[in-house]
Amino acid sequence: MQFHKYDVVIIGAGGAGMRAAIESGQRARTAVLTKLYPTRSHTGAAQGGMCAALANVEEDNWEWHTFDTIKGGDYLVDQDAAEIMAKEAIDAVLDLEKMGLPFNRTPEGRIDQRRFGGHTRNHGEAAVRRACYAADRTGHMILQTLYQNCVKHGIEFFNEFYVLDICLSETEDGPVCTGAVAYELATGEIHVFQAKSVVFATGGFGKVFKTTSNAHTLTGDGMGIVFRKGLPLEDMEFYQFHPTGLAGLGILLTEGARGEGAILRNASGERFMERYAPTIKDLAPRDIVARSMALEVLEGRGAGPNKDYVLLDCTHLGAEVLETKLPDITEFARTYLAVDPVKEPVPVYPTAHYAMGGIPTNVHGEVLRDNDNVIPGLYAAGECACVSVHGANRLGTNSLLDINVFGRRAGIAAAEYANAHEHVELPENPAAQVEAQVALVLSEHGQERVADIRTELQATMDANASVYRTEDTLKTALHDVQALKERYQRITVQDKGKRFNTDLLEAVELGFLLELAEVLVVGALARKESRGGHAREDYPNRDDTNFMRHSMYYKQGEGLSADIRLDYKPVTFTRYQPMERKY
Amino acid sequence: MTATAEVSTGSRGSQPPVPDGAITVTLKVRRFNPEFDDEPRWDSFEIPALASDRVLNLLHYVKWYLDGTLTFRRSCAHGICGSDAMRINGVNRLACKVLLKDLLSSGGKQTTITVEPIKGLPVHKDLLVDMEPFFEAFRAVKPYLITYGNEPTRERVQSVADRERFDDTTKCILCACCTTSCPVYWTEGSYFGPAAIVNAHRFIFDSRDEGAEERLDILNDVDGVWRCRTTFNCTDACPRGIQVTKAIQEVKRALLFKRV
Repeated sequence: MQFHKYDVVIIGAGGAGMRAAIESGQRARTAVLTKLYPTRSHTGAAQGGMCAALANVEEDNWEWHTFDTIKGGDYLVDQDAAEIMAKEAIDAVLDLEKMGLPFNRTPEGRIDQRRFGGHTRNHGEAAVRRACYAADRTGHMILQTLYQNCVKHGIEFFNEFYVLDICLSETEDGPVCTGAVAYELATGEIHVFQAKSVVFATGGFGKVFKTTSNAHTLTGDGMGIVFRKGLPLEDMEFYQFHPTGLAGLGILLTEGARGEGAILRNASGERFMERYAPTIKDLAPRDIVARSMALEVLEGRGAGPNKDYVLLDCTHLGAEVLETKLPDITEFARTYLAVDPVKEPVPVYPTAHYAMGGIPTNVHGEVLRDNDNVIPGLYAAGECACVSVHGANRLGTNSLLDINVFGRRAGIAAAEYANAHEHVELPENPAAQVEAQVALVLSEHGQERVADIRTELQATMDANASVYRTEDTLKTALHDVQALKERYQRITVQDKGKRFNTDLLEAVELGFLLELAEVLVVGALARKESRGGHAREDYPNRDDTNFMRHSMYYKQGEGLSADIRLDYKPVTFTRYQPMERKY
Repeated sequence: MTATAEVSTGSRGSQPPVPDGAITVTLKVRRFNPEFDDEPRWDSFEIPALASDRVLNLLHYVKWYLDGTLTFRRSCAHGICGSDAMRINGVNRLACKVLLKDLLSSGGKQTTITVEPIKGLPVHKDLLVDMEPFFEAFRAVKPYLITYGNEPTRERVQSVADRERFDDTTKCILCACCTTSCPVYWTEGSYFGPAAIVNAHRFIFDSRDEGAEERLDILNDVDGVWRCRTTFNCTDACPRGIQVTKAIQEVKRALLFKRV
């Protein structure tokens, strides 16, 4: 075992982690731990843009952005947080520009802006140009720019260090976070990092689904660690399905394509979104578009030999727009489906994309241990966190915004906390739990194969817990997930070595996936209404009387099959009363 | 170094169902785990695969169903994270961006695919190499915007043409396909290599940047741009289609004529 001592430890080196590191690293001694290399993080896969009411190309203001975010989230958004995000969005974009991000430019040389789903002028009148972008690789540019600035500031990275636990020490004032425990992939060694504050920025858990835009490595590690510590997770039943994944593959095609004018069509060529969202049509929020697409297919209007997808028509945009503003998605369609978007429409279907829920935090990134109290020294930001600025459905581009606004806030808060406090003693044997976990996976205790369990998990989640859900499908999913958890107790790995044991890594990741899938399904069963990304066929309407509240889940007891306790937390309202959601 | 060609059919229980239209391909993988092996070897695996499969799918098939010890990096699986650069049939590619149909000969008879680690970086295990020297070279060229004086309150203004000037080199994902395809880099690891120069280019030709001279001084060094022999391997290898050799030439020209 090796021991390290820092002021701040940041877990994860995607957009939120590195944005936090840039702030924290200039204020306190900071280490960033990532199971990948920073530039491999999935922020780099984001395409379309980052919204901010710069008003560079048309009238706009942050209040409209706030309203759109709240309405887009089907009123489950904490309105104080949404207001902060929309207000700070402007500086967040300008900060990135000053750090060097190469945004596309207007003819006047200002940052250019494009339309995006759910972002409107004057509370829903028409689509507004609010998304600042760099072709269709905005996430790539953000990730590279943040990494470049980490290099500039000499941020210390521990690459391929897989964090498996955090340290909570009991004090007179309750539990405080005192560090993190990591498994070094290169050597198999366990490292204990003592810290005054710890920031989770570990991203999502899209790999519970088969069809997903998420990377193989998005396995909800941070959420899983927090949940296993008995701390709550929030709103996990709200999972976003991005309308335009490449059919059958799930690879993301940006909503920016529709922002530039692309149109969704069914088998007969009809622009079906006109029926579902008469005002903003193809630029309705993602939950509405994904549900509409699924309905078109369910009702027999899907395209293709099996009528199981719809078509994204970009042909009228012309080769120049596609090659200059949407070059990457044009290439993805050509490479992976052998379809040229310049000449023919692209087969698309919703793909599991983004977790609205996660580790509950306040607007400073402090992690909640219940509805009212925080764990001092513990922070979270980005997709792994739930502030909640996305409510029941995140608007496109607001994730890149979230990581920059709340990554920055968490980084500042973590460093300031560290500078105002002394190190608290670590709990006894801080590495014991991780050592036992690794030893168990490596021991001979069964014949179950990790890939089989993962494949079956992803299949049941796709079939039973995706765009549309019912009591029956969710009960099937719950039954399946619990059976898979039971089988997981008997997994075996072939690689018993210490050096880059990615066999072991995948086994551990699967444990997190199973745990989070169960929370998602339990939450979806309990929420007997349809709201945002959670659509129940058997409860098709939003029920503000009973469900205008956040879900909070707590793990009860030890072990993988422990019970889940469900609690609720009120939504914060400022000035926007819930209305029917029409576009 | 001996090359063995033993075919493993797997010993980990039943395999997943073979999809309709699958053909059997032989995946020949360069293996080496210094924890247990004295020297590298070749392992071959027979895999049912579809023409639309990515090479990464084949590697996953081996890892998940035949040999869990096979080790490689991967993440996004669609060519934007840069984790899975490797030598596939002798050329540097991302395993998630090469489809089986692009590797099969027209008659469909050639069904052996060889996969090796990228060259010029120490092998840690199988297809996984030490990336530190690569990132060290990247960091050495000051790959960040350098400016002096007061920052403007709003964004810096940049014309569409000025933005276009360095667009090509902003696409780099630091996968190392270019650098590890360079014969000069293979023999002289101290050479910065194409990727570092691409990232220097990205800032040298950015109208907002004021650090061109510092970076050009660094690249004028014995391990800098003059090592480039213009073999174009790097340009061929780039999975993002960056004109790498052209970028290096532009940096050389900037040094010769002292202007960008």
